[in-house]
Amino acid sequence: MLDQSADGYVTEDGRQIGGVLMEMRNITLKFGGVTAIENISFDIREGEIRAIIGPNGAGKSSMLNVISGFYVPSEGEVWFRGARRPQLKPYQVARQGIARTFQNIALFHGMSTLDNIMTGRMTLMKSSIGAQAIWKGAAEREETEHREAVEKIIDFLEIQAIRKTPVGRLPYGLQKRVELGRALAAEPKLLLLDEPMAGMNVEEKEDMSRFILDVNDEFGTTIALIEHDMGVVMDLSDRVVVMDYGKKIGDGTPDEVRGNQAVIDAYLGVSHD
Amino acid sequence: MPEQLLFAVEVTLNGLMAGVMYALVALGFVLIFKASGIFNYAQGVMALFAALTLVGLQNGQIPFAHLINAIFGTKLHHFGWHMPAVLAILLAAGVMVILAILVERYLLKHLVNQEPIILFMATIGLAYFMEGIGDLMWGSDIKKMDVGLPQGGSFWIEENTQWLGFGNENFYGFFLDQLDIVATVIAAILVAGLVIFSQYTKQGRAMRAVADDHQAALSVGISLRFIWVLVWSIAGFVALVAGIMWGAKSGVQFSLSLIALKALPVLMLGGFTSIPGAIVGGLIIGVGEKLFEFSIGPLVGGATENWFAYVLALIFLVFRPQGLFGEKIIERV
Repeated sequence: MLDQSADGYVTEDGRQIGGVLMEMRNITLKFGGVTAIENISFDIREGEIRAIIGPNGAGKSSMLNVISGFYVPSEGEVWFRGARRPQLKPYQVARQGIARTFQNIALFHGMSTLDNIMTGRMTLMKSSIGAQAIWKGAAEREETEHREAVEKIIDFLEIQAIRKTPVGRLPYGLQKRVELGRALAAEPKLLLLDEPMAGMNVEEKEDMSRFILDVNDEFGTTIALIEHDMGVVMDLSDRVVVMDYGKKIGDGTPDEVRGNQAVIDAYLGVSHD
Repeated sequence: MPEQLLFAVEVTLNGLMAGVMYALVALGFVLIFKASGIFNYAQGVMALFAALTLVGLQNGQIPFAHLINAIFGTKLHHFGWHMPAVLAILLAAGVMVILAILVERYLLKHLVNQEPIILFMATIGLAYFMEGIGDLMWGSDIKKMDVGLPQGGSFWIEENTQWLGFGNENFYGFFLDQLDIVATVIAAILVAGLVIFSQYTKQGRAMRAVADDHQAALSVGISLRFIWVLVWSIAGFVALVAGIMWGAKSGVQFSLSLIALKALPVLMLGGFTSIPGAIVGGLIIGVGEKLFEFSIGPLVGGATENWFAYVLALIFLVFRPQGLFGEKIIERV
């Protein structure tokens, strides 16, 4: 059992995890008569990689959409950096420093890789329309700074070769990588990844795992991710929330979760006789 | 026949400049369609409304004067000032921005995620609403647009191109309308400005992002509502420019709103999503209809300009439905 004091804990591989960054309190989400999420609470701590797993239709993506503001919870509270978050629009959530990727890749298909990642820095750009028209110099300097940051991300993700390629022409695995790059460009405090490895082959999965670990390691970015592949999840994450039919059935380190009977039943199926 | 050839060149030049006028209207359609997927039927009425507002402000006309007089029995009609054209243009542009904000708040906001046909119907409603409001505000009489644009043929060009006839007595040099030349220059500046804005500014990049994918745009912190106001403001400004040009050419009258129909074939040719397409499409139609009238017109009794553009658009619909520059429609199975 980990020591989960307010100050955080130390992971198995010796990384220091900080205090609570985001906390979901008694979140319930209903669509008409369907309850997608039922009274779920958990927290995400600074510097950790937190996974949300569960069978299809468990409500994982819904939970991510609540965090990123795309869905409005029917009940419950979202706490971010020690304060209760009022109901925000998705773009306002993004401006608070929460970046995300999508299960079905949402890139700007007509734009180049470079431009796509550049849009990720939208929240960090200051110059207004007026300022850009008047102080051309300042706006240009800002543009150059952002370009440098974007080039670093491109180097980091090893996608120099496709800098100028319209992303619509890229293969699936690379599109996923560009989408990660765009989320990283915002220098997020919390990075949400919705099935970052879905539909990838083994090699691509290994690459993506490495990038996720490196992002966490080099930039200290807190990451919450949803993933189907149990092997990947157990390798990557520090703590895991397990969902099934909208309920939380487990929460703990990968080892703890693996030994949890309810989790085993949910994944392997259990006879109800 | 050098004489015939010279006339053909003159017709082509005039066609190019007529095409610029069509392109100006088509541009407004493309801007809004790209950013929000809405075919804005009201674009033509916006040009009319902008022109009416400009003339009204400039001449110090009191808005809703007829209505006020009818209710209170007063005899108001003018404030009694005459504004400089530049100030009136700036104010009219301001009115178009206010209009964009109102459209977003009272129309678009409530129609998010609706079918395109519903949004289209909404813009038809908007078009007739604005036409009515324009009538109420400024009256329905034909007004003169006088913002100091030159009118009539350019003698300078005529004199300096006469030598091209090489002594031919029937050729007096190219006849080009000064207003058309000014319109071409202004349209070029406008397009250059739009390109710089969309490629090199934060808001321009946000606009392209929204045009590409709404969900992704939200996730990088772009407010859709702000972008819609921005896009409708820009389209309103483009409508103002088109309204000034067309108004100076043929007076500010309510038939001005029908220039929207002329923009349709331009969009079929250029594609609904391409700014260069709107320009090139406008030019092709302008030159095409003038040359067709010049060469084939006399054989079929003239007046081909009324239908040529639509037939050309029909041919394009059959062989290249996405237009010259439109995004290719590829359906994966």
